[in-house]
Amino acid sequence: MGIPGVVKLRRNARFLLLSALALGLGGCSLPTFGAFRGATSQGQTEFKLWSWMTIAGLIVAVIVWGLILWAVIAYRRRDPDRIPRQFHDNLPVEIIYTAIPLIIVGVIFFYTVKAENKIDALAPHPAVTIKVTGFQWGWSFSYLNSAGKQIALVETSQSRPPVLAGNPTSAEYPQFVLPLGETTQIVLVSADVVHGFYIPAFNFSRYALPGVTNNFDFTPVRTGVFAGHCAQYCGLYHAEMLFSVRVVKPGAFQAWLSSESAAGLAA
Amino acid sequence: MTLVAERPAVFEEGPPHEHEAGPSGFLKWVTSTDHKVIGKNYTVTALIFFLMAGAMALLIRAQLANPDSTLLSQHTYNEMFTMHGSLMIYLFVGPVAFGGLANYIVPLQIGAPDMAFPRLNALSYWLYLGGGSLMMMGFLTTGSAADFGWVAYAPLSNSINTPGAGPDLWIVALILTGFSAIFTGVNLVTTIYYLRAPGMTMFRMPIFTWNMLVTGILILIAFPVFTSALVLLWCDRHLGAHIFEVSGGGVPVLWQDLFWFFGHPEVYILALPFFGIVTDVIAVFSRKPIFGYRGMIFATISIAALSTSVWAHHMFTTGVVLLPFFSLMSYLIAVPTGIKFFNWIGTMWRGSVKFDTPMLFCIGFLATFLIGGVSGILLASPPVDFATHDTYFVVAHFHSVVMALVMGAFAGFFYWYPKMTGRMLREGLGKASFWLMFIGTNVTFDPQYLLGLKGMPRRIAEYAASDGFTTLNRISSAGAVLLFLAVLFFLINVVVSYLKPIPAGDNPWDAFTLEWATTSPPPHHNFLRIPPVRSTRPVWDYNHPESGILEHAKPRSGLVASAGGGTVLLQDVRLDGPDASDPGDPDR
Repeated sequence: MGIPGVVKLRRNARFLLLSALALGLGGCSLPTFGAFRGATSQGQTEFKLWSWMTIAGLIVAVIVWGLILWAVIAYRRRDPDRIPRQFHDNLPVEIIYTAIPLIIVGVIFFYTVKAENKIDALAPHPAVTIKVTGFQWGWSFSYLNSAGKQIALVETSQSRPPVLAGNPTSAEYPQFVLPLGETTQIVLVSADVVHGFYIPAFNFSRYALPGVTNNFDFTPVRTGVFAGHCAQYCGLYHAEMLFSVRVVKPGAFQAWLSSESAAGLAA
Repeated sequence: MTLVAERPAVFEEGPPHEHEAGPSGFLKWVTSTDHKVIGKNYTVTALIFFLMAGAMALLIRAQLANPDSTLLSQHTYNEMFTMHGSLMIYLFVGPVAFGGLANYIVPLQIGAPDMAFPRLNALSYWLYLGGGSLMMMGFLTTGSAADFGWVAYAPLSNSINTPGAGPDLWIVALILTGFSAIFTGVNLVTTIYYLRAPGMTMFRMPIFTWNMLVTGILILIAFPVFTSALVLLWCDRHLGAHIFEVSGGGVPVLWQDLFWFFGHPEVYILALPFFGIVTDVIAVFSRKPIFGYRGMIFATISIAALSTSVWAHHMFTTGVVLLPFFSLMSYLIAVPTGIKFFNWIGTMWRGSVKFDTPMLFCIGFLATFLIGGVSGILLASPPVDFATHDTYFVVAHFHSVVMALVMGAFAGFFYWYPKMTGRMLREGLGKASFWLMFIGTNVTFDPQYLLGLKGMPRRIAEYAASDGFTTLNRISSAGAVLLFLAVLFFLINVVVSYLKPIPAGDNPWDAFTLEWATTSPPPHHNFLRIPPVRSTRPVWDYNHPESGILEHAKPRSGLVASAGGGTVLLQDVRLDGPDASDPGDPDR
């Protein structure tokens, strides 16, 4: 009743997994598989998990595709009259292919919890606090001081959105600024329906949920301008709820913030 | 062995058969309570909704083929993806399985004359047809059809954000189809528990029937919650109930909890029937029994149980759910699903695999479902979900899954079409359908994984050229054309089989479950005789006595079976054993 082919392939798989691990540990950068590497420390944590999980997933997928392909090719009907041996179970093999996925899942779960705790951790004293409000169909970014008072404001212009979505990083859309290397806390709320605050390059999105305040931290590790979208469908002009974020050095950030608050006071 | 189109004379002997005295033609369609007629009605109706939803998908892909597209207005686009999703999920994939194929096949597979509650069965169909038509009537209203997405998140779905009759019709339609599904669930569970033929113990039932039993139970868990939630939503819209409104003390996220408490079991309500089809078809075309039959059943039950505690993985980015719990539960579903995969492979292992169209669709199912499964494990990780939630990565993930299920459905159509109509579908056209669908699925949806990783959100009516989404979207749209051709070839196939029939005979596939023991199509009340059920493969046991019966004793004398090929004659041994006292005996 044994299925030696399966056992052999599983042994090979283990070897493959181990060598992939060795390669990955030795290499300096993980494959992206098309994803962003993450422009914040939180985004990088996500990226590492993503990359390892995708490697593991692809190994499993290749093994299973291989088994399917092997079964289809090797056991194709050659003799139309032949009745193959009518075996229908093999307990050891069944136990193995129940136990191995359980172990894989356990390992993945362990690293998932570690990563999510790191990503969701809130710094006790963030350098900057920004209250972000999603509304139909735009965003407002309100910079708060330690007393919770607004010191600067960037928001979508209240005029009707353009008919076609443009480049999120263009001046048509609001752009908020973050300091490099410092932790900014975002306080996310919604003014009407559910919106999705999504910055692809940060590998992060979170709902702006009516009645709920969501807090999370960004610690940017790269300067640059990054596009932002509303991810959660929110009505007619959902596609146009665009924004961008510019990450600058802390000095430049302070300069920008004081000029913005001066402009705000003048207005 | 030789397959014959004509039934041997001995089949016509035996007790006088009850003939159908009902009306024919249109009147039969309207008045019948025969599960076979209702099953066909369901299948055809579901296929019509499938074609409508497919046409909407083509419009969606046409819109997204170019940046800054103005083919559809934003409003029309929002209607299109809302109705595409709603028709496909609520009116096609589910009903075609539990209302169409299961309704037709389950009573045959367990040797029952009909469903347990034939009139309730008819009511299910009419509620479904009425509900489905009501939903489509949204297009005739001034405010147009529902445009809040197929998930109708509150408070976007309230009367301020989406006013008008179209969304109301959508809600009422789903209340009707919800009741329809619940009634079908009741019917399936009762039928499978109480109307099994003598000898058909639970652990001799075909896997498709097993999966329909579990699906029926899942329907009874999930659909009442959804149907009630829809009533609450309607009260919010019309009576100012403020259940899902912040003003007045309501909780918008409650809608998401209720919706997904239905929505995730619903995924398995959609999937389990096709898992069942694939299991049976692979075994038949490998000429082997199902590998790990009991393991398969326990895997199905585990999937169903786990599916009721994973709903919040759709809500990882809400910030208000317990991430580790829902993540772990979602990961765990991979284990029984993995068992199924290995059982499918084990069934083919050292078998004699023949590539008729149903089997090709099953192999396509395996290859495609694996992509959806692996991307599903990635999405069960909250951090990965943070990065990809509401992007095309998710769209690609569930389309890999659902297109695998559609391949499972086509496997079922090709496998049972001969039984339902007495005619074969053409193999050449069928294989063309398969390759177009398999290649089309991957060309359409695999690029969407990359689009999601590049940051393309779902449900956006247009994107800018500067986003860099154009090339991948064009490839995806080209794939949609292949999918259109696949379905077109299937329809041509049906027309050809109608115009130039090739008689199918009772058992064209050398299949082994009870539906293949009766005529194609089966007579009114299904069976002239029920062969003895001594294993999971009663028909195989007759046709291949040389290979031995797997479980229990060999059939006793009184069976006539010509070894070495040729026609197999079934003798009625229904009353000759201890099984005659089986409470499932319909003649009791």
